[in-house]
Amino acid sequence: MSSSSSLTRALGISALAAVAVNAWWGLSLSPPDKVQGQLVRILYVHPAVATMCYAGFGLCALGSICWLWPRTRSPRWDRLAVAGAEVGAVFCAATLITGSIWGKAAWGVWWTWDARLTLTAILFALSLGYLALRRAVDNPHSRALMSSAVALLMALTVVLDHYATAWFATLHQHTTLFKPSPSIHGWQLVTMCWSFVALGLVFAWMVVHRYRLEALEERYESEGYLVAIEARRAEGQPVSAAARPETGRVLVGSAASAERAEALVEDK
Amino acid sequence: MWRDAALVAGKDLRVEGRAKVAVNQVAPYALVVLLLFGFAFDQDRPLLVQAAPGLFWMAVLFSGLLAVQRSFSIESADGAIDALRLSRLEPAGIFIGKVVAVAAQLVVLEALLAFGVVVLFQSRLGGAGLLVASTLVSTAGVAAAGVAYGALCVGLRARETLLPLLLSPVLAPVVLAATEAWRAALGLSRGDGWRWLGILACFAAIYLAGGAIGFGALIEET
Amino acid sequence: MVLTARLRSAVALAGRYPVLAGTDLDVTAGEVLVLKGPNGAGKTSILRVLAGLLPLSAGDAEVLGLDPTADARALRPLVGLLGHQNGLYDDLTAEQNVRFVARAARRSPDVVPSALERLGFGGRLRGAPAGKLSAGQRRRLAIACVLAKGPRLWLLDEPHAGLDVEHRELLDDLLREVAAGGSSVVLASHEQHATVRLADRVVTMAGGLVLDGVIVAGQPPGTPAPSCPDVPRAEVTNVA
Repeated sequence: MSSSSSLTRALGISALAAVAVNAWWGLSLSPPDKVQGQLVRILYVHPAVATMCYAGFGLCALGSICWLWPRTRSPRWDRLAVAGAEVGAVFCAATLITGSIWGKAAWGVWWTWDARLTLTAILFALSLGYLALRRAVDNPHSRALMSSAVALLMALTVVLDHYATAWFATLHQHTTLFKPSPSIHGWQLVTMCWSFVALGLVFAWMVVHRYRLEALEERYESEGYLVAIEARRAEGQPVSAAARPETGRVLVGSAASAERAEALVEDK
Repeated sequence: MWRDAALVAGKDLRVEGRAKVAVNQVAPYALVVLLLFGFAFDQDRPLLVQAAPGLFWMAVLFSGLLAVQRSFSIESADGAIDALRLSRLEPAGIFIGKVVAVAAQLVVLEALLAFGVVVLFQSRLGGAGLLVASTLVSTAGVAAAGVAYGALCVGLRARETLLPLLLSPVLAPVVLAATEAWRAALGLSRGDGWRWLGILACFAAIYLAGGAIGFGALIEET
Repeated sequence: MVLTARLRSAVALAGRYPVLAGTDLDVTAGEVLVLKGPNGAGKTSILRVLAGLLPLSAGDAEVLGLDPTADARALRPLVGLLGHQNGLYDDLTAEQNVRFVARAARRSPDVVPSALERLGFGGRLRGAPAGKLSAGQRRRLAIACVLAKGPRLWLLDEPHAGLDVEHRELLDDLLREVAAGGSSVVLASHEQHATVRLADRVVTMAGGLVLDGVIVAGQPPGTPAPSCPDVPRAEVTNVA
């Protein structure tokens, strides 16, 4: 079993090629900016990475809401939620790192209490909590229910965080170092747009794989189901052999129920 | 629902009345935290006065975590949580009851901490209306979010460490808004403190409503 | 004969481990059923399934006319469960513990003194905090809580653990009385004492299965069991 298919292989190769093109254009082909100099090159990574971070968390919220909604409830949405959250967390970390590098070069500090930075940091902390919660729950139904409820509450918290950090930043009168971005054009514009394509492909490749991995894990657990039941019954074998010779009927009846259970584990 | 809430709140407060964990352990801990903040700022008095609201709310956050963990450890210590699940009590009632009990303990603790801030950091309390209103609304929010996430973690592995990880970032807007409301009330900033009260009220409303609706499902799935 | 509970091919999982491996069980109204079997056979799990606390992942179940997985919220108030743990609040007194259970079950406060009385809690013992009681006393207090709840199905996990001879007999008398009143009692026990003196029927569990749990065969779930007057009690009873 594998989470790859011809589609994901094509996706992966094109993502790799797109990133290579992005690096080539971004590092050598596009000229340094008149105002920002070499610093402009971070524009070919950071905005796209941040967008993919929000896209990941957006998928997580979408998956959670669709799972909670009784009419659309399906394990597919839970898989989408975990794939989105995990990939989103990776891009969120990358956003914070690339943002800090830019901050150090442009503003002279690794970190400033800017509204957007603060909000991204809170988002990252929330996503780590969400992923830790998922690891702490074994039962798939419980895990889906608890994590989608938490995702929903966290999404509402993020809305409040948005206002709080915005007011917080303005109140403190931090020098807002975001200059109105010098209008970019030519190769700069093309490269920046291309970075969205390249990282979008990387993002899609990661989400598809993570989604399939989750599906494989579920399949693995349900395939182990019959084996686990037989092993469980064998635990009582010495006793049952003595107490009751004909366990056949029970076994047949339960094998049928095990198949039913397997059908349940598969997509409803 | 209100009857169930009163029953559960009464039970929790009666347990606290005898065990005195909040009085004998959480409150001294919170005061020690204030003391340590003082050391960390190296007796820089003007800075301490400036930072006092934030330090106060950090101390409330830490003790709130302990209060929530205590609120659920009395249920899980001897498996009483199963008895709650098997009872006729409405989940929303259990939720409100536990929130009321935690909030009541936190309000007493906050009064003590406010006293500590005045004594240790030489803060001057003022702006009574905003101060009291923002404190009460924040406390409701902290207690509601705490009990909701506490219920979530009650049957899980490593719940002692999972709860702070989940709850602390969730309480970020409360700490931020409550601190700013206090700064405005104490005259440390020129901002409009009542605007922050709006955020605090929204947070409390979200978690009171979300907790009351979802508590049954959350307490179920462990 | 009316069935209080019926499990058919019931599978329950703890994580990925099937604690119940497709088991069948019938419980009739007014009987004391004892579950025997080695540690880890699934006795506790079957009690939790019957209480509506552990959902089935496959199979059919009906307890007191309700589906314990789908209608768990409706079923739970009707059953009383005494698990390994006693479910007591250490910092409340014996009386406060029982009163909380009775009020949470919406029962009249009169049941509190009688339940305490019945389990031998008189005088000063009532005002003692549960945390200060001995292991046997705590067990009795937990049973008093179940009595105060007044369930129609009693599910007891090793209820005799820690009880002295006098109080074992007191518990046996209580359970027989409960069964005579039409409620059913299912108890998991290792003790010879319980199986010989108390049980109407004894079944053995092993490897997540009840080995001889069916007494009404071929019943589609969801229909009430017909009375079977031609099956003598002696055949149903199977005291090991």
